[in-house]
Order: sequence, then C-alpha cells, then structure tokens
Amino acid sequence: MSVASAFEKARGEGRSALVGYLPAGFPDVDGSIDALKVMVDAGCDVIEVGFPYTDPVMDGPTVQAAAQQALEQGVRTTDVLRVVEAVAATGAPTLVMTYWNPVEHYGRASGRNGRSGVDRFAADLASAGGAGLITPDITPDFGQEWIAAADAHDLDKVFLVSPSSTDERIAMTTAACRGFVYATAVMGVTGARASTSDLAGPLVARTKATTDLPVGVGLGVSNGDQAAEIAAYADGVIVGSALVRTLLDAGSDRAAGLAALRALTEDLADGVRRG
Amino acid sequence: MSFEADERGFFGNFGGRFMPEALVAALDELTVAWQDAMADAQFTSDFEAILRDYANTPSPLYHAERLSEKVGVRVLLKREDLNHTGAHKIRNVLGQAMLTKRMGKTRVIAETGAGQHGVASATAAAYFGLDCTVYMGAVDTRRQALNVARMQLLGAKVIPVDSGSATLKDAINEALRDWVASVDNTAYLFGTAAGPHPFPSMVRDFCRGIGDEARRQSLDQFGALPDAIAACVGGGSNAIGLFTAFLDDDVKIYGFEAGGEGIETGRHAATIGAGDSGVLHGARTYVLQDDDGQTIESHSISAGLDYPGVGPQHSHLAEVGRASYLPVTDAEAMDALALLSRTEGIIPAVESAHALAGALRVAEELKAEKGPTATILVNLSGRGDKDMETAVEWFQLGADEGDDK
Ligand SMILES: Cc1ncc(COP(=O)(O)O)c(C=O)c1O
Repeated sequence: MSVASAFEKARGEGRSALVGYLPAGFPDVDGSIDALKVMVDAGCDVIEVGFPYTDPVMDGPTVQAAAQQALEQGVRTTDVLRVVEAVAATGAPTLVMTYWNPVEHYGRASGRNGRSGVDRFAADLASAGGAGLITPDITPDFGQEWIAAADAHDLDKVFLVSPSSTDERIAMTTAACRGFVYATAVMGVTGARASTSDLAGPLVARTKATTDLPVGVGLGVSNGDQAAEIAAYADGVIVGSALVRTLLDAGSDRAAGLAALRALTEDLADGVRRG
Repeated sequence: MSFEADERGFFGNFGGRFMPEALVAALDELTVAWQDAMADAQFTSDFEAILRDYANTPSPLYHAERLSEKVGVRVLLKREDLNHTGAHKIRNVLGQAMLTKRMGKTRVIAETGAGQHGVASATAAAYFGLDCTVYMGAVDTRRQALNVARMQLLGAKVIPVDSGSATLKDAINEALRDWVASVDNTAYLFGTAAGPHPFPSMVRDFCRGIGDEARRQSLDQFGALPDAIAACVGGGSNAIGLFTAFLDDDVKIYGFEAGGEGIETGRHAATIGAGDSGVLHGARTYVLQDDDGQTIESHSISAGLDYPGVGPQHSHLAEVGRASYLPVTDAEAMDALALLSRTEGIIPAVESAHALAGALRVAEELKAEKGPTATILVNLSGRGDKDMETAVEWFQLGADEGDDK
C-alpha cells in the first residue's frame, strides 16, 4: 500500500492515520524489525524508520539515546535498508526519516570525485520497497537533488512545515511534498510532551489552505488522549519518542519492551479513532 | 573573480542553508538584520568604536626580528593575542551582540570548544546586558575548567553536553536544539565562519578587520604587501578574517589545519586536506566522515581546531585554488609554540602555533625563491594562557629542573 492510500483508507473510515517512528538498529537491527512489526500489527497505518545519524539536531534526548545505541553497535546504511525491506514486506507503507548527509554520501567510496549518492540511495530504497523519505534538515529550496531523485524513482517526499513558517514558505513546501505534509506541532525538537500544543491547530489550517495532501502532526504526542485531540483536526498523528521510550525503559527485557510498545500503539490507534 | 556568496549563501559549490524549516524564518530575519546593519553607517561606526575602545583594536602588526633572523625571511605577526579576552574571537561576538540588540532580542546562546568563544560571548553578553547560555561538551568542560569558571564569573550559564562525542560538534547540535525552541527572543552567536547562511558571510564581515588592518599596516609600516599570509583553520573565522582583504592581491594564502597525530593515523582535524564534500551543521562543505556519511570525530591538541567541518568559503577557496590548506601536526605546533616563546617572549595559543609552524615551512620556500627580503605575515589569533596545562603536559614543565626525566 502507498502512503497516500493509507491516508485515504483512514479517511474512508472517518479517522486519522497513525504514523509511528522507531530508529533502525535499536535495540539492534533484528530487534528494530521485531518492534516495527509489532507497531504495524497493533495499528500503525504508516511506518517511519529512523536513520541513526551522528549529528541529529532536530532530536531530543529520547531519540538521540536510541540512535546513539544503534550507532555504537555499528548500524550501517545497508542495515537501514534491510529494516525497510522487512517492514515494507508486511504491506505497511514505510518511509525513512533521515538527516541529509548519509543520503548524499550513500555508496560513495571515499574520495573526491565520486558522484553523489542521492540517486543511488533512491534506487535502492525503492527496490527495498520503501515509500520515500522524511527529511527534517532540508527544505525544498535546498533539496533539488532529492526532489529529482524521488521523482525519478516514484518516491514520496515529505518535507516539514513549522509554526514559524511564512504562508509563502508553507505553499512552496506543500507544492514539493508527495505522500503527506509533516506539520511540527511545537517550536522545538522531538520528545514526548505532557500537553498538546496550541500552535498545531493554526498551522494545520494554514497548511491545508495550500494543499489537498493529507497533513500529519508530530512532535510531542505521547498517548491516546493527545492523539484523539490532534485527530480532530489533522489527517495523521505522528508519534516517535513515546514509542522509543517504551523500549528504552524496558532495557534488556525485550519481551516486556515489545508488550509495552504494543499497548501504547493500541492506545494511540484507539485515540485516532476517537478524534 | 568574485569570492562572495550568492544570495542563497553559496560560495561556488559550497555553503547554502541545509537547515530545519523551523529555523529558516530566524535565519531570514538575521540575514535581513545583518545586511541592514552593514549598510547603516551608524552601526558600522559604533562597531568600529567598540572594537577600538573596548577590544583594543587595531591589533599591532609586529615585526618579529629575532624570529626573522632565525628563519631567514621577514616574519610579521598580526597580534590578535593582544585583543580583549585574548583572541580574534572578540570581534565576531561584539558584532553579533550588537546585532542582537538591534533585533530586540534579549538572550544569546553560544557553543564553545576550548571555551574561547564562550568566554568572548559571555563578555559581550555582560557588556550589552544580555542573558547568556553557553553549550560546551562535557569532555571539554573538564579539560577547560578555568574557562568554565571565567564564563560563570561573567554571568553566563554553562551547560555541559553529554550527547554524541561530548565535544564541540555536539555543543553546536545542542545550541541548535535550544535555538529551535527559543528563536523568538534568542540569538545564536555562532563562533566561527561556518554553519548555514548567513553565518559564514556575517562572521567573516565581523572578523575581516584583521586583514583590513594588516593590509594597511603592511603598506604603512613596510611599504609593501607581504609575499604570503598564513592563519590556522578550525571553523575558519580568524583565517577568513585575515584572507578577505588579500584575495585580489598577488599574495600567497595559506590555511593550516590541525594534522593531529598525522593524517595517516586518522587522528586529526584536517577537514579540507583529508575530508570529503558533505553537509554538516547547515552548509555543504568538506567534512570528516565515514563511508556512510556519519561524522568522524576529529582530534587535535588544540581544542579550537578540533572540529570535523570547516567554513564553506574555505572549501571554495581550496577548490578554486586561491588558497592552500595544509596540515600541521600537534608536534610541529608545539615546537613552534616553544620557539616563539623563547625567541620573542610571546606565548601563542596552540591554535595560532599551527599557523606559525606552517608559516615556518613556507618561509623555507620563500627564502629559496626570494631571499631574505621575502615577507610572511602570520595571524597570531590568540594568546597561550589558556593552554598552559597542555604545555605543562607536552613539555613536562613544572617539575623540578634537577629531577631525572
Ligand atoms: C586563538 C584561537 N585561534 C583560532 C581558533 C580557531 O577558530 P577559527 O578557525 O574560527 O578561527 C580558536 C578557536 O577557539 C582560537 O581560540
């Protein structure tokens, strides 16, 4: 299923879609595949596979800790693609959320004159069954190379809009998106927050004024009640840190971690149906 | 040939603004405020006045005669070590703090490695009555406890950063995370001529007094431009500050990167010399990275040069061949530090000692080419007080001279 049809299906059921995030390679590569499959099984409509990166400027402590653990265990780009392949095989549309440099550098042997890896990454992502990329640290005006590669390989391009974006920039951004538009609910980094933001509603309204694409709201969602609140005005509810937290808190007890992950996903899936 | 960035912040293939959308509005606001300020005669004359009356510029251009005699060409030192707070960094922070006031923001944040930019930021914040928070890698807060105390005495809050490698690049990450959540009232005083547009151009503008002064002083004091100029390159603020005035002259330009324990050991910070084009901290530039595009931790005896990226204008100057960037090892730098201390009675910062060590190599070539009238101008970007612990360890100082070593 494509990202667009997952959103359509949810809309057809009169609800928002649930988008769940987890970094590849956390707690290890196979463990991340198991966890992501639990998320699909427990009600995520769309999956975001996080690409662990050394300099994640948009992530708070929870996602940083998980990504750091993955990196320390030596997770490679090829592992990220393997996770995508395994999750996409369940039929759930699977996006990769990634900082830019690893994409640009993909498959480039060290040395000055190698050609950019963007096109190669897009090709391998597509053949792994991946749906596209969410790119938190590039905007369409500096993402031409990615836009060209995504178009060539028929991949989704999810760019972010922010409460600080001007209407002009929102229009420019949504015009470049395919799949959905990612609206960041707060001015800040990823991390579960106790209450929902009052910046999200107006941002979704401004975004919807420019596009027919579905709009997902992320940053800070931690439970079913918050998901329900957001589902009242957004097409998708995006959850990351809270899901990561269930596995971090369970430590080495994998079974307990997966049980907590399943319970939270079910609560969130219930939330998007109440919104 | 123009060496300026275009309106999107690109110097040729390098630079730009690869940033989260959340920060684009703040960067746009900053770009407008900076361009506006630079076109305002009141702002530029206020900047000149504070640099002169408070920061002690223009810094002298000093003919190091004993050193010159030793190396066989004329060596001129641009004495940025004599500036208030002991380095060129004060120029940048005073400029950015004035801009912060002008934009009506009340709080500044900064990253720091060795603590020099943190101390300079805390100083400017104290002067202008701004609230100041400095992010510093936890590893560095332990290595540079004295500078932490300085910042605290100046009224700044110092936050140790534990994430990633807990050094300068992670302090930048953490400052950016703060900024995403605080842009309404907060300015990010970036410490070097790197990062997203407009920082590389703006920081250069605030530091270019180094070269403007040095060029004028060369002509006034010696009646000629130098044959070559040299600076150390961390992120590149002191180097671009020196180079800018000389770009259109028939003057050779050298940037010296930290070669650490040697390029071949992999433990170095020679970003241009041994890195690869990539995107780090908002700009396309040379980056030390592995085959997957993950940033590699850099290594240098000098905390101020210990950064796996570099300002994009330097990447451009290297690519078009207008400047040469060469590595200097820890050992070469420490030898030069000792040499300058003993021949001239000037203890330079370890960063600046890299520039000097590289210049001594260039001097050999110049001497062979032009004889003893050849002139090389070296930016002495800072003083060495902060590096005494490094020197004690490296040279085994402080022990009783009679001890067996
Ligand atoms: C004295 C001195 N020189 C040079 C540097 C390197 O920075 P840049 O390359 O931005 O001049 C530093 C940084 O802390 C410094 O303290």
